[in-house]
Amino acid sequence: MKDYFYLIPIALGLGLSALAAFMWSLKTRQYDDLEGAAVRILEEEDVPIRTKSER
Amino acid sequence: MSCCGSQVGLVALLPDARAAGEELLLASHIVADGVRQTDLSVPAIHCGACIRTIEKTLGGLAGVESARVNLSTRRVAVRWRADRAPPPLIATLEQAGFQAHVFDFEPDSKDGARSELVRALAVAGFAASNIMLLSVSVWAGAEAETRNLFHWLSAIIALPALAYSGRVFFRSAWQAVRHGRTNMDVPISLGVLLAFGMSFYETMVHGPHAYFDAAISLLFVLLVGRTLDHMVRERARLAVKGLAQLSARGAFVLQEDGTQHYLPTNEIQAGMTILLAAGERVPVDATVTRGASEMDVSLVSGEHAPVPVAAGSVLRAGTLNLTGPLTITATATSGDSFLGEMVRMMEAAEQGRSGYRRIADRAASLYAPAVHLTALITFVGWLIATADVHHAMTTAIAVLIITCPCALGLAVPMVQVVAARRLFDAGVMVKDGGALERLAEADTVVFDKTGTLTAAVPRLVGSCDASRETTAIAAGLASHSRHPYSRALVAVGAGLPAPHIAFDEISEHPGYGLEARSGAVVYRLGRPDWALAGTADAGSMSGNETVVLAKDGSRLSDFRFEDRLRAGAATAVAELKDMGFRVQVISGDREIAVRPIAAELDVPYLAAALPGDKTAHIAALDASGRKVLMVGDGLNDAPALAAAHASMAPASAADVGRNAADMVFLHESLTAVPLAISIARSAGRLVRQNLALATAYNVIAVPVAILGHVTPLVAAVAMSGSSILVVANALRLESRRRTAPGAAGVAQLPTKAAMEAAE
Repeated sequence: MKDYFYLIPIALGLGLSALAAFMWSLKTRQYDDLEGAAVRILEEEDVPIRTKSER
Repeated sequence: MSCCGSQVGLVALLPDARAAGEELLLASHIVADGVRQTDLSVPAIHCGACIRTIEKTLGGLAGVESARVNLSTRRVAVRWRADRAPPPLIATLEQAGFQAHVFDFEPDSKDGARSELVRALAVAGFAASNIMLLSVSVWAGAEAETRNLFHWLSAIIALPALAYSGRVFFRSAWQAVRHGRTNMDVPISLGVLLAFGMSFYETMVHGPHAYFDAAISLLFVLLVGRTLDHMVRERARLAVKGLAQLSARGAFVLQEDGTQHYLPTNEIQAGMTILLAAGERVPVDATVTRGASEMDVSLVSGEHAPVPVAAGSVLRAGTLNLTGPLTITATATSGDSFLGEMVRMMEAAEQGRSGYRRIADRAASLYAPAVHLTALITFVGWLIATADVHHAMTTAIAVLIITCPCALGLAVPMVQVVAARRLFDAGVMVKDGGALERLAEADTVVFDKTGTLTAAVPRLVGSCDASRETTAIAAGLASHSRHPYSRALVAVGAGLPAPHIAFDEISEHPGYGLEARSGAVVYRLGRPDWALAGTADAGSMSGNETVVLAKDGSRLSDFRFEDRLRAGAATAVAELKDMGFRVQVISGDREIAVRPIAAELDVPYLAAALPGDKTAHIAALDASGRKVLMVGDGLNDAPALAAAHASMAPASAADVGRNAADMVFLHESLTAVPLAISIARSAGRLVRQNLALATAYNVIAVPVAILGHVTPLVAAVAMSGSSILVVANALRLESRRRTAPGAAGVAQLPTKAAMEAAE
């Protein structure tokens, strides 16, 4: 019985954190453009980011 | 490398830039302090390079804060500073090789339903998996003490999940019950709530059987069906909305003090003076006060040949000004205009169709009373037999749980989701599942002519004594006009070498044609009697479908145009006839234009039909027991589209027609019509099979439940088993995918052509 005391909260906690993570990703609109996200990974920016501040 | 973006030839013919800016302002909305956002629909986006090109080009414009491409929806959200004039977004994209049009903004409420469903689904999924985890150990034979603890834990997880995720069903069930109706959500809600209630009681009295897992996994499975259904419909709706708007958003109104103001269409009053540039649509019914031009009336009346207008002519809202600028006076507000009249007729016609009830709802109206009656009889029966209220109650609720219409709630939407997905791939957008059911029932197809059977784009069918040289001259001249005949000539001349003639001055004479000077020589391209004016030839030829190219009044060559049949029209009609359909053509165009088309397709026709005639014709067919599929595109077809049992419209249809139709097909080919029908029919077959499977499952499971042998374990296995069965059956539609000839190929064609052109 004592094991349950640790194990069940851990199991539920893991489930809840996954649920929270999903809700967060939904809220930050990460599912709005799945096709676009797949393509953007390969995008190479031609201009280094630093040049703007150097100028 | 640039795989996207093709050169745009007709930059000179863009609509008035000033109007475009005003239109952009009208369709934008404020997102932050001093920042406006505009959504543009750009159908040509298809790869990473497009994303980069568009975001860079637009981001570089003055006043633009950010531009973000959404590849899934083919849209660009642009944020720009409101304190300046709207940036020339559309013109810039056009130069980069992307056709774009303004996408009407609507408040974020549209996302509400979808994200509510997804969130409900996530919560139900979390709860179902955790409760199932606890339940498995209970089924495995946990000791009484552990079992009670797990039941309590399950109850604690199930209650918030039920309250949060169950709302979707409870709301709709409550709506139905309050109006004295019943739908599929009533037995679902009742089953889930009673299962929870009984389990909670069992938990409190430390009973052995709790059905928390059944209640929540039922909710989860049904939410999956609901969410899929919603996403497909949403996708179709957005795709249809993303098409170019074909009615005017507004117009430049001349104020009394001589200034011009851009007013939205619904603020234009009768008596106002409107300046209508070439390439713009007439916003409200009006009369011409100054200027001369030609109007494209094909969307409005179905006539395919452009109509010349001059001072005093009456214009109908929705017609397109082709050649010359006009000053017009509004004679009605937008609500009283032709467009408003069509909307009213459409609403009246829709009344007749609202009688249709979806298969799932019809099944529910039989199913729900039967299930509830069975549960009641079980309760009474056990009460009489054993006089044990608790046992009678438990058994009755077990009957409700086992009959909970998992199969029904999932089977029908699942098939329709798969079918809609297949149609989507073939370029057909289905507005809702009911449309598929109605389409499967159709036995008569009525086509509109202009813009539906024909492409509403004239084609050069013949020319006498036209050499490559003269055709090239004509095409060179024609590239300066937006008249449909000119466009057809440009298309023909695209492959020819450029003529060695440099035109010094080109002018367009609305209603007559084009005139160009090259040194001392005058070229004319236009109506025979005008182009050949002053020569013996003049007047020897007539017919407004012939255009003559003349050099100093002497004929070089002439070109004949004809309304062109849409690609696949003949195949589609033949295929429909083979399938046993009665095919008819009904058109607002003159008989002389309709007859050859109807004869070519060998179908009966009705010409010169007014919008009211079309609706009446559909109603008459309906009254004689036929189920009509109407395929049409014009404003004048909209009431008929709404009246028909099922309806389809091409993407080029008027906005009202697209909204009235159940389905919109995006590709040029008419073979989409028989394809959609055959998919709808096989979907209908699968739906009936699934309903039969669900019934068979009940025939086996219900007696077991009535006899009181359903433990939570049996319920869980039986329910998942039946759900998997119906889903697997629905997916057979996908696996039976035959390589649809043409349909998929056409989808790729424009992109491929653009790619090859760019490389």
